[in-house]
Amino acid sequence: MPMVISQQVDSDFLALPLDAVTDSAISTAKALGASHVDVRIERIRTGILSIRNTATETQSDDSTSGVGVRVIVDGCWGFASSPEIGVDVAAALARSAVAMAKTSKPLSTEEIALAPEPIYPKKTWVSAYEIDPFAVSGDERIARLTGLNEKLLKADGVNFAEAFSMFVKEQKHYADSYGTSTTQQRVRMQTQIEAVNVGAEGFVSMRTLAQPAGFGWEWMDNKNWNWDAEIDELPTLLAEKVAAPSVEAGRYDLLIHPSNLWLTIHESIGHATELDRALGYEANYAGTSFATVDKLNNLKYGSDLMNITGDRVTPHGLSTVGWDDEGVEAQSWDIVKDGTLVGYQLDRRIAARGGRERSNGCAFADSPSHVPIQRMPNVSLKANPNGPDLAGLIESVEDGIMIKGDNSWSIDMQRYNFQFTGQQFHRIKNGKIVGQVKDLAYQATTTDFWGSMKRVGNESTWVLGGAFNCGKAQPGQIAAVSHGCPAAVFDQVNVLNTRAEAGK
Amino acid sequence: MITPQDLIEKITAAADYDDCVVIVQSRTQANLRWANSTLTTNGVIANQRVTVIAFVAMDGGIASGSVTRASVDASEVAEIAKAAGIAARAAGKSEDAADLKRDFAVGDWAAAHQPTGPEVFAGIAPELGETFRKSQADSIELFGYAEHTHDTTWVGSKGGLRMRFDQPDGRVEMTGKSHNRSRSTWEGRATRDFKNLSIAEIDRDIRTRLEWQGRKLELAAGRYDTVAPAGSVADIYAYLGWFTGAKDAFEGRSVFSKRGEAGKTRVGETFANLPINIYSDPHYKGLESSTHVVNTSSGPMSSVFDNGQGAPRRDFFKDGKLESLTQTRATAAMTGMPYTPMGGNIIVDLPGATGDLNSLISQVKHGLLLTTLWYIRTVDPTTMLLTGLTRDGVYQIKDGEVIGAVNNFRWNESPVELLNRIKAVGATSITQPREWAGDVERAAAPAMIFEQFNMSTVSPGS
Repeated sequence: MPMVISQQVDSDFLALPLDAVTDSAISTAKALGASHVDVRIERIRTGILSIRNTATETQSDDSTSGVGVRVIVDGCWGFASSPEIGVDVAAALARSAVAMAKTSKPLSTEEIALAPEPIYPKKTWVSAYEIDPFAVSGDERIARLTGLNEKLLKADGVNFAEAFSMFVKEQKHYADSYGTSTTQQRVRMQTQIEAVNVGAEGFVSMRTLAQPAGFGWEWMDNKNWNWDAEIDELPTLLAEKVAAPSVEAGRYDLLIHPSNLWLTIHESIGHATELDRALGYEANYAGTSFATVDKLNNLKYGSDLMNITGDRVTPHGLSTVGWDDEGVEAQSWDIVKDGTLVGYQLDRRIAARGGRERSNGCAFADSPSHVPIQRMPNVSLKANPNGPDLAGLIESVEDGIMIKGDNSWSIDMQRYNFQFTGQQFHRIKNGKIVGQVKDLAYQATTTDFWGSMKRVGNESTWVLGGAFNCGKAQPGQIAAVSHGCPAAVFDQVNVLNTRAEAGK
Repeated sequence: MITPQDLIEKITAAADYDDCVVIVQSRTQANLRWANSTLTTNGVIANQRVTVIAFVAMDGGIASGSVTRASVDASEVAEIAKAAGIAARAAGKSEDAADLKRDFAVGDWAAAHQPTGPEVFAGIAPELGETFRKSQADSIELFGYAEHTHDTTWVGSKGGLRMRFDQPDGRVEMTGKSHNRSRSTWEGRATRDFKNLSIAEIDRDIRTRLEWQGRKLELAAGRYDTVAPAGSVADIYAYLGWFTGAKDAFEGRSVFSKRGEAGKTRVGETFANLPINIYSDPHYKGLESSTHVVNTSSGPMSSVFDNGQGAPRRDFFKDGKLESLTQTRATAAMTGMPYTPMGGNIIVDLPGATGDLNSLISQVKHGLLLTTLWYIRTVDPTTMLLTGLTRDGVYQIKDGEVIGAVNNFRWNESPVELLNRIKAVGATSITQPREWAGDVERAAAPAMIFEQFNMSTVSPGS
């Protein structure tokens, strides 16, 4: 292993004419009448590696870079971007963004205002990772994934193995017309390995439970996540699933493991508490929210055991930063407290529009060619300090099912009706696991579901889960986000049999 | 800045391995977004992607590897050529190897990219402003998006490949809400040039649908004969297209595998109760797309070795029968079926079918009319069971007439099974999918009536 302990922004990014470019755009736009200017110079490198059985199927190494200039002129936004990073290009972008703002004026009935924020000159921040995945040789990356696949393929009942890994390094220099200037570097990793059984009855697959997180290549050694141990267990779990009976549809107590619950949090709480959605800004695309502003401080979102926070500071969190894409410092805050809705996710424009004094720092743009919008912070469920451990939670279930691992997901545009599946469904009877079932989906309405949360596990059950691929806005933007949560028990949730749903 | 053509010449000359394909994709885009009847964001975007694919002979086969950058200047040519070679050697012998296309040209190689910009909206902007003002006066809120994109792709290789393709795409989407957002509808229009596009017509259609929602009815979950408009049909079948890998089917890992018979697929089997066709065709009028394959990376259904191969009309379903699955030349050799790459558009039709949405509505005795589908995801890949929601207006039909709006539903259905429950099909026209707008450009489909569509649970969302 090459040990590249990085606590610094890469020198080749710092060698770009960062200040000269941002100064050029800011001074040009101000001279043309802009009341606000922000500039981002970004370089995002994404690696993808997929190994089908023992052969490399997909390999890519893709770097996006460029400049994005956003202005407010006469109360209207204007934005322009280019893949070229240069002083003259920046000035041209500033002119183009100002022109776009002027063109937009006749179509705008609302004056854009931004919530104020202190000024942070010359700040630097780097995420907590050890080994830059791009500093690891392609041979080494391929060997690690192929090795794990080979192990699976040697086991009985595994006909195919697929390993997928994605690693990202994001470098961002931000400067605005007030004097804030930040330079940041973040690294994240995701690996998933799937084993497939093909038999006379069809095919059955099972995927690893490891979550994506803000780690470097050190994520792939066995210290942070024990890959070898998980791969050793997978064939047995898969064989059990192949032989498992199809679930009987009906209502069950569900013990939901964090490897599945993070996604339910993401869809039914994360997106529902974005203030721009609640106000209607996403009505044509991502949707709105049932958690409208009139319900703040009075909506009973879930049981008294439900405590949800938003933050951009959790170590290794995928949404963790030093400053957001509007120069707002990273924060943490309550979203749901003792079961009641108490907070939203904000950027500076939405904060001002919603009458807040300050943004809580949720602005993010996924590339230099897109405008920053409100994106999700890490949205997490707190563990119950007095709650049981996983064994205690299992013992507490008389007649139910433990669900591990995420799979299919879908929720409506107001975030009421959701339906999820999973990787493993372990039947629990009288406090004991008695074997797997399959073909299961659980479906509920958000507030009914969280209202039925009757037991929450302690810190020992807590895992940081998350996703690389959260979509929002037009043009579409992708963001990575983490959701930490303990295991929890939900009372009498509607369980569907997916073969019956297909008319089989 | 160095031109794409020069860059390709320099990189292929610097590549010291067996072959090298360079793909330069230049994109310009203008977009407008609005909410609550006022503009919210806008943008003028210029993007470039330079992909260098190295092909290196090794171990009795060929390895491939690629590197992509947003911009490459003259001083970086040697470095990027070298990096692709290193990636190829690390990847090892490719399973998708096949002979590379050589000495082939198509398109106007030398011409520069024709940028689009905000001026493309000049025709619709005044009408849009007027529609915003009218909607505010009438307590209607409008939300939407307009986007116009020009893509130019150059593909050149050491072996003499010189291809260039230009692709314009665009659309307008508009959601209308009224009565404190208790009523909601959506309209979408695909357009390549923003000519002959009427915002007034979109506004008129929105107002008609909002009127229809004046009468609200509660309806329980269950199976209903359902009229799906063209955009929803395109959304479902475009999604199915992403799960049509021949290799997966051959290996027994797909709904299109012959169960219990290793190495056999369901190609040749009749799935539909009517002789419908689902296909792609680069020459389809109004949906023209690239006539040859361009792949920046390999995957289960595509291969970098296939760059430059022809991508003619390709039938997925023909006369209701599964005609082909998606594959590379390498998997074609494995499955013994013809090479059938993914096309650049999707067309669903029933030859001879006529009639519009209204004529389908008039054929339903008791059923539902959808506006759009949303959040479509695979639940079970063994049956291709999908789930999703209805969005922005579900209407009850009685004796051929819309009698009011009902609640939304979560549905669970397999598009493969649905093919066998088609009650009626209208005329095919170019349409704008809703969920996959931006991912699926270029679709033509008919409205269809599906028999006993599974509305699994009620959604309180609107």
